[in-house]
Amino acid sequence: MAWFKKEKKPLETPADKKVQTEGLWVKCDGCRQILWKKDLEQNLQCCPKCGYHFKMTSQARLAMLFDEGKYTEHDAGLASPDPLEFTDRKSYRRRLEEAQKLTGMKDAILSGEGLLDGKPLIACAMDFRFIGGSMGAVVGEKITRAIDRAIAKRLPLVIVACSGGARMMEGAISLMQLATISAALAQLDAVPKPFISVLTDPTTGGTTASFAMLGDLNIAEPGALIGFAGPRVIEQTIKQKLPDGFQRAEFLLQHGMLDAIVPRKEMKAYLARSFRLLGAWDETAA
Amino acid sequence: MAEDLEKQIAELEAAEDSEAVREEIARLREQLEGARGDQKLERGEAWERVLLARHPQRPYTLDYIRMLLTEFSELHGDRRFGDDPALVGGLARFEGRAVMVVGHQKGRDTKQKLQRNFGMTNPEGYRKALRLMRLAAKFSVPIITLVDTPGAYPGIGAEERGQAEAIAYNLKEIAKLRVPIIVVIHGEGGSGGALAIAVGDRVLMLENAVYSVISPESCSSILWRDWDHKVEAARILKLTAQDLLGFHLVDTIVPEPPGGGHTDQEQAAALLRDVLRAALDELRALSADELVRQRHQRLRKLAPFVKEA
Ligand SMILES: [Zn+2]
Repeated sequence: MAWFKKEKKPLETPADKKVQTEGLWVKCDGCRQILWKKDLEQNLQCCPKCGYHFKMTSQARLAMLFDEGKYTEHDAGLASPDPLEFTDRKSYRRRLEEAQKLTGMKDAILSGEGLLDGKPLIACAMDFRFIGGSMGAVVGEKITRAIDRAIAKRLPLVIVACSGGARMMEGAISLMQLATISAALAQLDAVPKPFISVLTDPTTGGTTASFAMLGDLNIAEPGALIGFAGPRVIEQTIKQKLPDGFQRAEFLLQHGMLDAIVPRKEMKAYLARSFRLLGAWDETAA
Repeated sequence: MAEDLEKQIAELEAAEDSEAVREEIARLREQLEGARGDQKLERGEAWERVLLARHPQRPYTLDYIRMLLTEFSELHGDRRFGDDPALVGGLARFEGRAVMVVGHQKGRDTKQKLQRNFGMTNPEGYRKALRLMRLAAKFSVPIITLVDTPGAYPGIGAEERGQAEAIAYNLKEIAKLRVPIIVVIHGEGGSGGALAIAVGDRVLMLENAVYSVISPESCSSILWRDWDHKVEAARILKLTAQDLLGFHLVDTIVPEPPGGGHTDQEQAAALLRDVLRAALDELRALSADELVRQRHQRLRKLAPFVKEA
């Protein structure tokens, strides 16, 4: 749940913030250079100077994956009824409303169906802006329904993870999503139709400990933070500073946890090629 | 008991410093307060349960195995990397019939605690659990899992060896096993580290056990930036057996002796025995196809937690 820490960091002054969120330029976390936002947008949110991969919104992600950016959205109306009636210093309802306003989504994932290179595909993309991309019952239900759809229609599946893990404000209900989604993937195994998990920065906690690590292929974007425990928790446990690059995509590749690291620009072609090699569309008229 | 706790605190303070050790010291200090009859602290009911679930005299997994099963033969190792002492398992008999049992194991004295890594499992522990469960399924032996962990171990080696993958893979593969699986949350159900062996056909939860996505301490430190709100955090996380039953995340609450399992370990085991027998009998009556079908259906019951706009 690393996402929460961010919120509590000493905030920038309101003026700074305005520049960052509404200005025309942004500072690259990779090379510290100032980038025109337009350049960034035209480059799939990757730094034109150093290749650093910025986070993408769910909408931009699905638009990038599907042909001509077109897709049919599924389960758009699913929302959390706040089952625990959770309130700490701020109510969960309030957090949900704010996130909904910010993202134009009811929860932290977008589920779509469209064409990839002319062939049908089911795809979901998480959105870090929505309470850190955390997974509660709505995210779990939308992913489970997407898997059901892939099974029923015999279509390949892509899920793009970008998430701090299970959503604390839904307690054990959010924890149980890990089991529900994983069991649905067990049913997809029996079809079988390929599922490719795309891990982006960051993918941690319960998200990694469920569907994100269960792809027939697990591929990641360069530099993505991927792990079970957050780096801060590990540092506190072992009382040492973590080595450079720890829990980055390159580290996971080296330790055998990923099939490949794929830059965003090559992602769509990589997915299409992999699905073809696996015969994903062999019996589907497209 | 206070003396024993003081001794353990001193021993741990002398041990190598780590967050795990310091958290354990903090827990022991709390238990010490309780043991001294210091009731001044205002404690919510949920927090009381957390303390009972972590009580140092509470029966642990190997205690239940000793009291409930016969012919236990421990099976070691994941055939990949090592043998994790924080998760034990093996074949045994329950009332004459073969079962496979796997469970998290905590240590009671300082030496055992360090050996068992405070019940915090590494990837090889989860992989051992799956190996044993598959072995059971191969020979049509029902499975009992005993859940009691603060959580999966957050360490460098655990990450290098794929802690997340180990948990995820268990969740998917256990869902496929064609034998009855009974899950008993008997102490701490600490997040993904607990869930990795807690998918099954019946989930039983002891009266004073807790099951949560995050510990009250961590929840407090994230939401309030300190540990002082752990009592409040325990309350809002809805982590008691009653809460979980209300959400249909567990099927049955197993009663404990008055005051908690630590007051009478034999009676705690006897109370669990009855519920376990009933659950096993029910599940043995089902075909393998029906078992797996119902297991999947059980996990889909969560739909009431979303609303359609
Ligand atoms: Zn850059």
